[in-house]
Amino acid sequence: MKLTGKIVLLVAGLALAACTNPGRFGNDAGGGAGGGGIGSGAIVPGSANDPTSTAYFNQTVGDRVLFAVDQSDVTAEGQAVLNGQATWLLSNTDFTAVIEGHADEQGTREYNVALGARRANAVREYLISRGVAGNRLRTVSYGKERPIEICSNEACYAKNRRAVTVLAGGLSG
Amino acid sequence: MRVLVNLLFGLLIAITGPVTVVMAQGNGPLRIEITEGVIEPLPFALPVFEAENAEAGALSAQISQVIAADLSGTGLFRQISPDAFISTVSSFAAPVQYADWKAINAQALITGAASVQGNQLNVKFRLYDVFSGAELGSGLQFSGTPDGWRRIAHKVADAVYSRITGEGGYFDSRVVYVAETGPKDARQKRLAVMDYDGANVQYLTGNDDIVLAPRFSPDGRRVLYTSYETGFPRIYVLDIASVQRRSLESQEGTMSFAPRFAPDGDRIVFSLSQGGNTDIYAMSLAGGQAVRLTSSPSIETAPSFSPDGSQIVFESDRSGSQQLYIMPATGGEARRISFGPGRYGTPVWSPRGDLVAFTKQNSGRFHIGVMRTDGSEERLLTASFLDEGPTWAPNGRVIMFTRETQGASGRSSLYSVDITGRNLRPVNTPEGGSDPSWSPLQE
Repeated sequence: MKLTGKIVLLVAGLALAACTNPGRFGNDAGGGAGGGGIGSGAIVPGSANDPTSTAYFNQTVGDRVLFAVDQSDVTAEGQAVLNGQATWLLSNTDFTAVIEGHADEQGTREYNVALGARRANAVREYLISRGVAGNRLRTVSYGKERPIEICSNEACYAKNRRAVTVLAGGLSG
Repeated sequence: MRVLVNLLFGLLIAITGPVTVVMAQGNGPLRIEITEGVIEPLPFALPVFEAENAEAGALSAQISQVIAADLSGTGLFRQISPDAFISTVSSFAAPVQYADWKAINAQALITGAASVQGNQLNVKFRLYDVFSGAELGSGLQFSGTPDGWRRIAHKVADAVYSRITGEGGYFDSRVVYVAETGPKDARQKRLAVMDYDGANVQYLTGNDDIVLAPRFSPDGRRVLYTSYETGFPRIYVLDIASVQRRSLESQEGTMSFAPRFAPDGDRIVFSLSQGGNTDIYAMSLAGGQAVRLTSSPSIETAPSFSPDGSQIVFESDRSGSQQLYIMPATGGEARRISFGPGRYGTPVWSPRGDLVAFTKQNSGRFHIGVMRTDGSEERLLTASFLDEGPTWAPNGRVIMFTRETQGASGRSSLYSVDITGRNLRPVNTPEGGSDPSWSPLQE
């Protein structure tokens, strides 16, 4: 039963990858965006299946990476997401981005602003190391001021310790 | 003689450690003394102040209530219910029947009278030491406009507090803070200023942008704070009377926050983040280059001047976790002062210069605490899911701070606590509140 479920999921995943695959950028589709193949579905500009859209970046590439408690090192998982972001940004040169650093509520206000700045900067540095021009990437820290999850336990804190790459500009913005 | 006593007394505090409060009970002069020991609040009687003319009728009752609330709110005094009174005070000038007040165990008796002439309110009072059968100090009169009646009441209470404790008062003071509304993931914040007891709330900004950690200027007229108005944290200075604000110079690509005034009111210190690194800088409000005071790859933030302006206490994670350090006000070598278990942040130098208040995080709990400036005699005053951001009352006896409750419905509010750890109480604000900053005593 369990096995069947997994197979179904996997098939669905392939189907999704096929229909959202960016034909133009098939060669360098790296981390988050799925493999090669030829897209067959109609692309609606600006929607999540338009590979040049913000929606595609946010949902398919992945707009955020998470951090361990009081840390600002990009994890292996985070690096995979950022590889995808870098690839996408190198292909979609109209876009600039503001990287928002955030902290969970378990810390004092000023320290968390500084910690969020570290996290945002770690993401910026990583993207630059993958070839994205530094002048396209700004950073801001919100400290603990803008949690997305509001419970007071690790399940929520883990999602709040994040850096989010927010795109600006671009025709399909 | 009195000055001498106070000086000796200060010395005593300096060498004896944990500060608590006891009463001089019964015999001897009416006096609350700071020493080691436990405390029983001093009972006082405050008959409603006489209204010397019809215009002062309602105000005299309200003024009496505010004075009693100020004194009782310290936890050092206890008001005796008027139902217990044997004597009535028919007129301010009438002689005091000490036996009647002694019989209900009142140690202090406060009498007063109010009158309104045109646009002037006059309030006079006398303080009596019931057990000595004598007046303590002499009668005093305060005048102002009738709409400033609360301030006049606070001034009377400050005078009474001061005469009995031998310390400065703090009731005629204000607090600037961040008023908070809305759920945790869509919280709206705006600057507000109020009397220390939560009365007369006035909003200073709209709630379109996040604002953080306002700080009073030494003259109580201006406020430094951080706003995300431009999309990035920047420091603003706001004039309270005109509600005019301006942003301070800041370099593109940097974030500035955690500002605080120097005692001269002209210079400020703050944190600046650049390339992910946060350090402490100083600059003149009049303009000019920011001077970098720390340069390390760690986080240096939350700077606060010593009252004489010569040193700065701040927090840094240069050791691997947040700890407290003191450096010369011009920068240079810093010495670490916090060594207990856990993390220490948001240090604030007391107006007396003797203590540093801080936030401590340890084993999943937050505390407000105080320690001497050499790091000795640390004591924690509170414990909760999240307490942070202490600010000192002008007399260095009381601390106000932010307490946030946990969970999805978590809410921020203001609390105050004595530096002995006694008398923890919420401060009433119309909505949620955070990041209080206490003004100096008003002129």
